[in-house]
Amino acid sequence: MEILQRIAQSLEAGDDGDVPGLTRQALAEGIAPKVVLDQGLIAGMNVVGEKFRVHEIFLPDVLLAAKAMYAGMDILKPLLSSAGVASRGRVVIGSVQGDLHDIGKNLVGIMLRGAGFEVVDLGNDVAAEKFVAEAKSRDARVIGMSALLTTTMPVMKEVVDLLKKENLHGRIKTIIGGAPVSREYAGEIGADAYGYDCAQAVERVKELAAAASLRGGTAAS
Amino acid sequence: MIDFPLPRLEPPEAAVVAALGLKGGRRPSPRSAELLRRALELFRGLSEPRGVSLPVTAEEFAAIFRGQGRNARHAPLEVIFPRAERLHLFAFTLGERISAEIRRLFAGDDFALGAVLDAVASLAADNAGRVAEGWAESQAAGLKAYLYSPGYCGWHISGQEKLFASLKPGAIGMSLNNSYLMAPLKSISGVLVAGPAGIHRISGDYPFCAQCKSPACRERVTERSA
Repeated sequence: MEILQRIAQSLEAGDDGDVPGLTRQALAEGIAPKVVLDQGLIAGMNVVGEKFRVHEIFLPDVLLAAKAMYAGMDILKPLLSSAGVASRGRVVIGSVQGDLHDIGKNLVGIMLRGAGFEVVDLGNDVAAEKFVAEAKSRDARVIGMSALLTTTMPVMKEVVDLLKKENLHGRIKTIIGGAPVSREYAGEIGADAYGYDCAQAVERVKELAAAASLRGGTAAS
Repeated sequence: MIDFPLPRLEPPEAAVVAALGLKGGRRPSPRSAELLRRALELFRGLSEPRGVSLPVTAEEFAAIFRGQGRNARHAPLEVIFPRAERLHLFAFTLGERISAEIRRLFAGDDFALGAVLDAVASLAADNAGRVAEGWAESQAAGLKAYLYSPGYCGWHISGQEKLFASLKPGAIGMSLNNSYLMAPLKSISGVLVAGPAGIHRISGDYPFCAQCKSPACRERVTERSA
């Protein structure tokens, strides 16, 4: 279907002016909204993510593509909802208490939305208790935490410990990221995953959300 | 009084491009190049650079550095500052307007431009630290000066409280929240330590160094010694 390729190509080019029109055209041609999403928008975003991973393009190109993705999603969202197509799950994200660096967290949020997740962004300087309370009340599958300072990293462990204390560890998955954080540190504190950059974080969240679903879904409400 | 002329704070395009992840000398796409041009224009129009400094004795700084007693058990600064010849508490901000614009761009889904402006402003704040270091060195010939900040290298972020209480950067529009985070967002603070170059060498075998992937504390000394 040529129109889906054109959507993907426009998205790759970050053309948020063309993507809505092409999305409408695809729907007018009788293509199902879910197919437009998967084989047009998400297919394009996947190419963008891979190019970013190998440093072929840089961050603003990814964000322009994400903006184009949003433009297409604005048209598809009501149709997907009425067709009963569920989102990929809800993710609570934030920069941990004592840390105001939120650009990396913002980018992960943008790319998660582009990948079809519902994102609850708690902002920066978020206390451990708030991460857990919001994940519970919003029925989230994953908590994503970011830190740029070595002195604020312990808050990530507080969140994991709190989830364990409330018997939610495993039901609500955790992923961490940020300059001083590593896969080893994630293992050390009992976090479920580590995202080296925003593209990898999205891949890990997809895996975590799928795993959380297999465990019977989400947090106790 | 430290002067912060905007041209000295503005980062070169190549630095912004590198900070945003384009490696290997690749050129940004035309759309991204346009974002960079617009971000630099916003930076020039919205920045209100202001700084404040205050000379302190080693004894006075010892109390500030101790803060609330939450520093790492051993931190490089505890052995650096007693050997310094001059110490100046320091804070700098690019002002609220540029931080507000970054928030507005993200909130309005213009996040590509927001991300580029954020990178430009962060690099500019770093450059302000270098301007301040140059100023500190100009106060006494032959000394090397570096800025050390709470939140880094074992100096706990709660150290901001005593630093702000002594320096009073509210005069330039800066404040702290309950988690010791600064407003406006694009601000820096710390102590300018001026002394013989050798005092700034940090071993890199502190426990927190194992988790640090951006050892600027060591790289900057190597760069400026070259």
